[in-house]
Amino acid sequence: MIALGIFLLLLLLVVFGLLFRIQILTSIFSGSSTREIGTSNRVNAILMLVFLVLGGAWFAYSFADNFGKMNPPIASVHGHEMERLFWITMIIIGIVFVLTQVLLFFYSYKYQHQEGRRAFFFSHNNKIEIIWTIIPAIVMAGLVFAGWKEWTKITGPAPKDSVVLEVMGKQFNWLVRYPGRDLKLGVVNYRLIDATNEFGFDLNDKSGLDDFVAGEIHVPKGHPVLLKIRSRDVLHAVYMPHFRVQMYAVPGMPTKFWFTPTVTTDEMRAKLGNPKFNYELACNQICGRGHFAMKLNIVVDEPDDYVAWVAAQKSFSEQNPDVLAKLKQKSGDVVEKEVVPAATAAVGAQLNPAL
Amino acid sequence: MAANIPTNSQVQGGIGAAVPHTGHDEHHDEHDHHDQHWLFKYVFSQDHKVIAKQFLITGIFWAILGGTLSSLFRLQLGWPESTMEWLTPFLGKWIEAGKLNPEFYLALVTMHGTIMVFFVLTAGLSGTFSNFLIPLQVGARDMASGFMNMLSYWFFFLSSVIMFTSLFLETGPASAGWTIYPPLSALPQAIPGSGMGMTLWLVSMALFIVSQLLGGVNYITTVINLRTRGMSMSKLPLTIWAFFLTAILGLLSFPVLFSAALLLIFDRSFGTSFFLSDIYIAGQALPNVGGSPILFQHLFWFLGHPEVYIVIMPAMGMVSEILATNSRKPIFGYRAMIGSLMGISLLSFVVWAHHMFITGMNPFLGSVFMFLTLIIAVPSAVKTFNWLATLWRGNIRFTTAMMFSIGFVSLFISGGLTGIILGNAALDIQMHNTYFVVAHFHLVMGSSAFFGLFAGVYHWFPKMFGRMMDEKLGYIHFWLTFLGVYLVFLPMHYVGIAGFPRRYYAWTGFDTFSQFADLNKFISVAAILAFFAQFVFIINFFYSIFRGRRATENPWNSTTLEWTTPVVPGHGNWPGAIPAVYRWPYDYSKPGAEQDFIPQNVPYSQTQSSNLPYEREME
Repeated sequence: MIALGIFLLLLLLVVFGLLFRIQILTSIFSGSSTREIGTSNRVNAILMLVFLVLGGAWFAYSFADNFGKMNPPIASVHGHEMERLFWITMIIIGIVFVLTQVLLFFYSYKYQHQEGRRAFFFSHNNKIEIIWTIIPAIVMAGLVFAGWKEWTKITGPAPKDSVVLEVMGKQFNWLVRYPGRDLKLGVVNYRLIDATNEFGFDLNDKSGLDDFVAGEIHVPKGHPVLLKIRSRDVLHAVYMPHFRVQMYAVPGMPTKFWFTPTVTTDEMRAKLGNPKFNYELACNQICGRGHFAMKLNIVVDEPDDYVAWVAAQKSFSEQNPDVLAKLKQKSGDVVEKEVVPAATAAVGAQLNPAL
Repeated sequence: MAANIPTNSQVQGGIGAAVPHTGHDEHHDEHDHHDQHWLFKYVFSQDHKVIAKQFLITGIFWAILGGTLSSLFRLQLGWPESTMEWLTPFLGKWIEAGKLNPEFYLALVTMHGTIMVFFVLTAGLSGTFSNFLIPLQVGARDMASGFMNMLSYWFFFLSSVIMFTSLFLETGPASAGWTIYPPLSALPQAIPGSGMGMTLWLVSMALFIVSQLLGGVNYITTVINLRTRGMSMSKLPLTIWAFFLTAILGLLSFPVLFSAALLLIFDRSFGTSFFLSDIYIAGQALPNVGGSPILFQHLFWFLGHPEVYIVIMPAMGMVSEILATNSRKPIFGYRAMIGSLMGISLLSFVVWAHHMFITGMNPFLGSVFMFLTLIIAVPSAVKTFNWLATLWRGNIRFTTAMMFSIGFVSLFISGGLTGIILGNAALDIQMHNTYFVVAHFHLVMGSSAFFGLFAGVYHWFPKMFGRMMDEKLGYIHFWLTFLGVYLVFLPMHYVGIAGFPRRYYAWTGFDTFSQFADLNKFISVAAILAFFAQFVFIINFFYSIFRGRRATENPWNSTTLEWTTPVVPGHGNWPGAIPAVYRWPYDYSKPGAEQDFIPQNVPYSQTQSSNLPYEREME
């Protein structure tokens, strides 16, 4: 197989070499090798124009053809504004793209060499140069301003009543932790991490007793969600394309990102006509062998369903009494309430203060 | 042309302002025909032209290797389900049960990036043409320090050998991405490539930086001190301005990468915690506390961003020169071109953190860097408009170099415009690390710089080897490459807008990234074909060195000084005195002139019919 491939390649090279020799000999014979500017100049000028027209047409067609597949459906409040800014910017740069490319190839064609013509000696023109410096500057200023407004809104402080959860990256999966009924995430320490205590819960801290871990992310629709993001080994990045959310997970430096989901998983399934649809969280910072498979499903629930889901969870301390016992031994402290369930009342109240 | 070269007496008569090397001239005349041992003539040569060719040929070697690596991972991305058994003879144990090893996949993308950015587009491009053109175009016998220049190449060679060796390690070469972010690059427990592979990477890069600094100091000194009589800074060809500013960028930014590499070496080997904190890996909590991985990114991108301009500015300079020569027109807005190069150089130092919008950096910093980043679009736009205006009403000769220069402008526009999206912090949240970024920088710095490199090789080949490259093969090479580049990178934007993350071994695990399997196959086919098209160039290049049509002294009717040298300039470049310079380098198609070009070394007194009013005073 390989021998055959190499043989074919060699054969191809020989044929190619022969053709090349023949081409050189004929060009010497026809005298075109000594002519300074031959027909190839004209051919290339025409090809420039052909490239512009056919290339432009192909690009327009393929762009339109793939447009439907290009945009991940949006499911967050800021996602819509970002999307608008994105396509406005795309239109602006699209106009510049078309104008400049057309001029480039059209000029190349139009001003191809002609015997006896002399190029126009035109070294500079201050007025026109000032104009085409200022116009991009103004457009850029507008885009910077729009982007800056959007950026400060997205990265501004999360609303006080946000649902808080923690996402922690590790090689090669995501771990999720919710604060439980006290709405406070307990203290963790990376030195306490082991096979069962994957977060490194320090259960001497009482606010950690009701924390619960989950196999997937659940968030309520229409309510701000604050992701607290950590990593316990190398860099990872929380990337949730449908929510237009992305933030690095950095060991030793907790990061955060808040957003408001707008479409439940069920609504999105109905909208897309795809009953198997899931919101997905992908790792988007190279982290090793399993980087490409670091996936976590995200479920957007109706607020009621979310409260019900939280109610069904068991706190980490409840599920792992031995971890608690071990920690207690170590510290010599007596933790009064040994096990704290992840209760729902507080969570419900947070989502709907009227309750 | 010989008639235009001023006689010795003219040159000798004008000893005054800028002839620091007159004494040097005499010295050279004595030694010109000295027989050198071949080892010192071709290998340990101190002649800038030989060193340039050494950089070029080493660069070509690296480019073939870098391209091969990309073909390998495009095979994986195009056909993630297919067997790769047939690659076992080449890749050995990296093919496991017919599948490419995912860690080796990461090694492939890492080494592809490292090789292309540093070894091809920095050393191969800037090393070749700064070396070749600076002395020839400013009118110097050689670089300021031939010995340091030789060291520059040999440090690069040593660095190349080490990097090449790392490809064959049992644990594989560096695999943490070309940006080698710690902790992944610091911990062999995290990925085997961060063991010996990473050590060799760091050692190799340290030597590479030494090579860059030795070269850079030389380029700067030569441009400042060794210009021939009359060659004021405002008469320098744009190539020289570009190389000069590139060297300054390199000199100021590479040491910062060196410091980052050094701190990383400390973290890896001596137990420090510059970049490490709170890490639990492979069943063990590491003792390191208090370091910051983000600090590394700041240090890395403080070089990394100027680096992309280090790559692109020499290409911009050469393209400006080639566009003017072959449009037979002065470059439009010579001063604006210099001004925009300076603007880009200055701004390139204050935009680095736009690579880090979403690392958890303070959002206020993000706003500042977004503002500075989008400003840099202005000088880039000015350059583009000036190139277009240079073509306007020209009399264009489509030499192969010209084709590649036009291609450069096209790719620079296409890739540059998407930078406006990525420089916008709000939009970068979605686009960061997706294929949109990959498509963007492959167009604007990867392919563009390659096109600049090709343009330069086709244009200055006659001066390098005294022979012409074959034009027909050049055209075939151009059209295949140009089409190939667009067929690869335009569709890649679609994949990026859809959010496909880069450095993924396969996307099949995600429903979100399932829709573009066909397009990825298409991209892979186009990429591999475009890669094979490069062999047209390689064949043309090596064939023409030995069998190409013989060149004349000035085959493109160009105005700059290198074309006043003999067909193959010897050691010392000019057999007689160095010509003096009287005019700017872009007197093409000047009204009233006999020919459509007036070389820089022709005094105004000889061109009275074409002198402009203010030039009459200088007759």
